Amino acid sequence: MTLVLTERYVATVSAGDRDLVEALLAGDETAFASLVDGWSGSMLRLARSHVPSESVAEEVVQETWLAVLRGLPSFRAESSLRTWVYQILLNQAKTRGVRERRTVPFASLVSDDEDSPSVDPTRFQGPGDPHPGGWRAFPEEWPEHSLLSREVLDVVRRAVAALPERQRVVVSLRDLDGQSAEEVATLLDISPGNQRVLLHRGRSTVRAHLERYLTDSSELEVAR
Amino acid sequence: MRCQEFVELVTSYLEGDLPEGDRAEFERHMELCPGCERYLDQFRTTMTLLGSLPAESISVSARTHLLEAFAGWRAGEDDGRA
Ligand SMILES: [Zn+2]
Repeated sequence: MTLVLTERYVATVSAGDRDLVEALLAGDETAFASLVDGWSGSMLRLARSHVPSESVAEEVVQETWLAVLRGLPSFRAESSLRTWVYQILLNQAKTRGVRERRTVPFASLVSDDEDSPSVDPTRFQGPGDPHPGGWRAFPEEWPEHSLLSREVLDVVRRAVAALPERQRVVVSLRDLDGQSAEEVATLLDISPGNQRVLLHRGRSTVRAHLERYLTDSSELEVAR
Repeated sequence: MRCQEFVELVTSYLEGDLPEGDRAEFERHMELCPGCERYLDQFRTTMTLLGSLPAESISVSARTHLLEAFAGWRAGEDDGRA
């Protein structure tokens, strides 16, 4: 019987997840601590999108972990463990958001300029130019040494924070946390195409911020 | 393919979502166009930087509370079985 169950589970859940759930159910505190340490930061980030304050966001993360413990014995492995945990988080965060009068249902958020172009259209030649749709001037090279500075990460962090809600959530889950396209689409209940558009918009905007920062400072150097 | 179209397809390309014909056209454009080659490179750099943002964490007290809850959860379960 165990074998049959195991085989069915293989299709939906990774061996890593299965081992992890078994370890948790067996009371392995190290496994729980590493899970909490590994995911809580990104859960905090996600919770913030739905609740008004930092302290409430942290409460939501705590409540989520407690709900995870309560639900773990009946975890069905229909999704990855992470998706399941994050779904609980989103539910907790939405419930708190309603209570705190700040509801942000993800799927119903208005399309935050999803149709706007990735690159400022004035960067490309117009209909009357020799090569319509081609670069007027190629993007400038980024100074290699600036990319290693601490400051550049601040630029990236601020650029992410300034993204429209949906883009920020998708970019965070994909590029900061390293979740898969499929996991993110499942978690947020959006189509794969929508997931990709939000990701692309967000990344494009962050690149544009970096470009402004990196090429402005090299202009300064040239002017000096 | 024009440069203005190229920049819209970068994520689809990197995700492996472009149909075969589009992918070939995308790669051909990249070989011929230093501007778009650089754009793709900068896009990748952006993703790398995003991935290297320092992780956040919950407060020490919240973490301690959770580890205690886990220990209690186990104890509670054992009591239930006994
Ligand atoms: Zn081009």
